Amino acid sequence: MAAKARGNKGPGRWLVLGIPYLWLLVLFLVPFLIVFKISLSQDAIAQPPYEPVFDLAAGWEAFTEAFSQLNFDNYAYVLSWDNEFIEAYGSSLWIAGISTLLLLAVGYPIAYGMARAPKSIRPTLLMLVILPFWTSFLIRVYAWIGILSPEGLLNQLLIALGIVSPDAPLQILATDTAVYIGIVYSYLPFMILPLYSALEKMDDTLLEAAADLGCPPFAAFWKITWPLSLPGVFAGCLLCFIPAVGEFVIPDLLGGSDTMMIGKVLWTEFSVNRSWTVSAAVAVLLLLVLVIPIVFYQNVQAKEMEGR
Amino acid sequence: MRKGLSWFNTTSIALGFTFLYLPIVLLVIYSFNASRLVTVWAGFSTEWYWKLLQNDQLLEAAWVTLRVAFLSASVATVLGTLAAIALTRYGRFNGRMLFSGMVYAPLVMPEVITGLSLLLLFVAVNFDRGFWTITLAHITFTMCFVSVVVQSRLVTFDRSLEEAALDLGCPPLKTFFVVTLPIILPAVVSGWMLAFTLSLDDLVIASFTTGPGATTLPMRIYSQVRLGVTPEINAICTILIAIVTVVVVIASVITKRQEVARERAERLAAAG
Repeated sequence: MAAKARGNKGPGRWLVLGIPYLWLLVLFLVPFLIVFKISLSQDAIAQPPYEPVFDLAAGWEAFTEAFSQLNFDNYAYVLSWDNEFIEAYGSSLWIAGISTLLLLAVGYPIAYGMARAPKSIRPTLLMLVILPFWTSFLIRVYAWIGILSPEGLLNQLLIALGIVSPDAPLQILATDTAVYIGIVYSYLPFMILPLYSALEKMDDTLLEAAADLGCPPFAAFWKITWPLSLPGVFAGCLLCFIPAVGEFVIPDLLGGSDTMMIGKVLWTEFSVNRSWTVSAAVAVLLLLVLVIPIVFYQNVQAKEMEGR
Repeated sequence: MRKGLSWFNTTSIALGFTFLYLPIVLLVIYSFNASRLVTVWAGFSTEWYWKLLQNDQLLEAAWVTLRVAFLSASVATVLGTLAAIALTRYGRFNGRMLFSGMVYAPLVMPEVITGLSLLLLFVAVNFDRGFWTITLAHITFTMCFVSVVVQSRLVTFDRSLEEAALDLGCPPLKTFFVVTLPIILPAVVSGWMLAFTLSLDDLVIASFTTGPGATTLPMRIYSQVRLGVTPEINAICTILIAIVTVVVVIASVITKRQEVARERAERLAAAG
């Protein structure tokens, strides 16, 4: 352990930790504080379009005065029932929740099949799951527009099979169904990978023991495989749920005008209505909604990394 | 006892992979469609690929995107590797909670929040928005992915190798470059590639942090996609898919080779 102590001393250690620490403080933490600050400011017709609340140069007196000027108007505006923000938060959580359950239902059998596949082909299967994840997210969402549109490939197939009449094609694009399909499709690798790594670690002899003792396969699954795969289930669900709540591209491209998701609302508020203060308030509230799952996820991650 | 795959497992894998790949395959096929109507097949044609080469806006955007991705992935790899070393080697230090929080949070942070917060930072400090702001934003969110990839290699690392070098009087910096880095290199390389493709791919953060004159490829594609499906977009998507596939396959073959070689060396070392 002497070597360890030696390796950890001196300016080297300070630099190794200090550089990324400083970077993240300046470009990750400080921006959040700024968002928080701006969410408490008022819109102004100026560049930038908000009234600064804190002016650090003006010293303590200005600081205390600024405190008295803090206003929660933006939050009151966002949280008022008259506006559609609350509905958008609710529907984002709902869509993300349903999508996560669908992802689990679709991803689990695939991960299970992969973990039970012969060892020799597992790396190939793994790469095949990761490969779509490396190709552009935008491209993968775009691919579904061509499939789901009224004159798209799915409708052509159904019409050719005589299931759907050519006069009344299935309207899937621009509905919530298309959003579910888009999220499940784009996030599937995020669900499969943690599930696979949990299932792959499982000791096969446990199932053999259960079978030898007369436990039917299905019961053995519920009593052994499922509980042992729970860490993977948690990790996969969080990894899908959290970003899905704030999803912007999928509801924008696949959803309809009535698909309310908070990421889309924030974007519209920012780029169309150009209210920076309201979008900052929307972002702070979104973060508050997500803080519990994010902290939970960090604990899962940190344990995974350090516990090994 | 389990030799082959049961029918259930085979079906679920087959269905799953069909679901994952069919949309991409269809997109690629329809990029070779002679008809402008994307949904009507009118014979094989490479017309749209030639049209792309004449589209200066798209080529300009592709060039911006590549430069941003290359630069941001390279810086992010250095920063992410440093962060990974700090998190796996330094035990409990002051501010560790905050640091690891800042490393893991961007992995799941909704992009709209990251994008908005960085934009407001750049506005607050009056930084001219454009190429450099996109690059800074991309470094910040991709370094966390690099850090996780490198950490997963560092935790399985045999530290006695480093300790031996240090005990023999090798300075810490040299130990890192001669002993540690070669061993974790595959993880560092895949971290770089992950950062590179994440940057290539990013639409939301780039849209927030960009300024006049810097339009990335995803931003161009997005603005055209909103108007509907066109064969040109199919063609450019196909090119991107082809590039990524080739890079990923080559990289995974290299990593695999290195791993095999390393295992063999370790076995030899253990035997000798």
